[in-house]
Amino acid sequence: MSSTALAPAPAGTDERLTGVPGEPLAHRRYRRMRFIRRFEETLLQLFEEGALNGTTHACIGQEADAVAVTEHLADGDHIFSNHRCHGHYLAHSGDALGLMAEIMGKEAGVCRGMGGSQHICAPGFKSNGVQGGIVPNAAGIALANQLDGDGAVSVVFIGDGTLGEGVVYETLNMAALWRLPLLVVCEDNRWAQSTPVAANLAGDMAARFAAFGVPVREIDSTDVEELSTVAGEEVAAVRAGDGPRVLLIHTYRLCHHSKSDDERPQDEIDAHWLVEPLVVHGRRLDGADRSRIDDEVEAALAEVVATARALP
Amino acid sequence: MIFAKELNDTLRGALTGDRRVVLLGEDIADPYGGAFKVTRGLSTAFPQRVRTTPISEGAIAGISAGLALAGYRPIAEVMFGDFLTLMFDQVVNHMAKYQAMYAGQATCPVVIRAATGGHRGYGPTHSQSLEKHFLGVPHLRVVAASLYHDPRTVFADFLGRDEPVLYVEHKLLYPQHLTSPVNGRVGDLIAGSDASPGALPTIRLSAVPAEDCSVSVLAYGYQAHLAAQVIERLAIEEEIFAELIVPAQIAPMDWAPVERSVAVTGRLVTVEEGADGWSWGAEAASVISRRLFGRLDRPVDVVASDATVIPSSKTKEAAVLVGSARIEAAIRAAAN
Repeated sequence: MSSTALAPAPAGTDERLTGVPGEPLAHRRYRRMRFIRRFEETLLQLFEEGALNGTTHACIGQEADAVAVTEHLADGDHIFSNHRCHGHYLAHSGDALGLMAEIMGKEAGVCRGMGGSQHICAPGFKSNGVQGGIVPNAAGIALANQLDGDGAVSVVFIGDGTLGEGVVYETLNMAALWRLPLLVVCEDNRWAQSTPVAANLAGDMAARFAAFGVPVREIDSTDVEELSTVAGEEVAAVRAGDGPRVLLIHTYRLCHHSKSDDERPQDEIDAHWLVEPLVVHGRRLDGADRSRIDDEVEAALAEVVATARALP
Repeated sequence: MIFAKELNDTLRGALTGDRRVVLLGEDIADPYGGAFKVTRGLSTAFPQRVRTTPISEGAIAGISAGLALAGYRPIAEVMFGDFLTLMFDQVVNHMAKYQAMYAGQATCPVVIRAATGGHRGYGPTHSQSLEKHFLGVPHLRVVAASLYHDPRTVFADFLGRDEPVLYVEHKLLYPQHLTSPVNGRVGDLIAGSDASPGALPTIRLSAVPAEDCSVSVLAYGYQAHLAAQVIERLAIEEEIFAELIVPAQIAPMDWAPVERSVAVTGRLVTVEEGADGWSWGAEAASVISRRLFGRLDRPVDVVASDATVIPSSKTKEAAVLVGSARIEAAIRAAAN
């Protein structure tokens, strides 16, 4: 797949965060993942300083999923995300200032400070903090797309923990019956808050979707290139009108669930830091390019934070 | 034409007039046409936009919410209002939240139609009036079907506005004839209509002019139909004159017509079929007591059904639910 087939950087955003025109696709992917990583690390630091109110759920370790899937979406497509939505939103929109201002509770925030970290709305994107309920909402958007006949795709991001909610299965059934253009991206990060998947989930995860006749594409990877390839195929199949599909990504959340709640085994976490998305993909860039991109992201984010802090 | 057919005609008109209208619900497709036949013929006429669903109330509500977010005008049917509990998360945490929590960047105008109420012997889980649990949910409107409000006007209001709305249709209204006020009268009763700003009109019924009434009665839905019969009978047989106030929208409430009536009578009886306690009538008592404290002749009387399960047995059910006898007793007591 050529880079021109992938979604361009959103207009009006800082290209140091979303992609510099003409740079190789590998650079742009690294840049976008680095942007999401550093945005969230910055958030956690701001919480430590007491500069932020409430809570947040970082996707550190899962950035490749967001970048890979959103690359294949077009104007008219819609993403519904969950409590852990920053990566999806930033990959979709590049709107660092809008999200930072929102989490800071500023009037200039993307939802004027009403939504905060997990209730985001912007063109082509929404998120909500209650598990499960966003799946039928995304299916309803898919039904609207089907009625409109516009070829648009509705994507919903869920996690392994969401699979405990009954309405997910009600919706899978109806989406399959009605052949809705819905892509469910299930990010299995192996922990639902503090509970390991083994204590939460009986049987086989993929079989839960397959039971409804919904095709499941399963991948265990933190490699943005691999993920982008399969995400592109899944989005294309949904767009072709073949009905709903599931992209099941086995990944890992490197940080705590929200701010400081982590009782997971340290050796398990340490092992996953060795194969996290920036490490895996970063090897494809030479050191000078990585450093330059890192510096550009850092400078751009510093401006975002300074600008957001100064907002009323 | 009976109310069920008036509703059917209303929905047909909505589907015809607006391609964004979509109907979802269990068993609503032809030839069955819905458990109460409200949607009969509609799936034949509009096969893409009138869809029968699996028994999945949560997904019916959630898919409706998604359609609404995408610009459609979904109308979801709940076969028995008792099953509204299975939609509660979607109503409270999704459709009623979206517009405000997204700072007005999205709207979620879902209409949920629910067949509610008892007196049919359907027992504990198919007879309830659970709307009180939805009263006071911020950004949710709750509207009750009544024989005095033409559903065409009601649905024109729903489809012209952006808020989600729960429309409760008492089952016993379906076979009744619509009796909208004509030339200031409903049958032998004098009828007035107050344009409630931001809500549908509130209807006032009385046997004599309102200024000659000694009791105000506040009721909605099927219970308003029963109350109208009671106030007419009491006027003729006992010369007890009550003014009946029938809002369409029961939450948020326009209290102004109630205040105006109670300012004259000094006495208020509220009537609802839902279980007693923490109810619409309790809210009315709170509001009217605060606003008209010095002008009340007696405490507000709240008439509601017993706070227990609704029995299947006909005689036991009648003993638990509000009916004409309880309404009459309360009005008589208030008039003394």
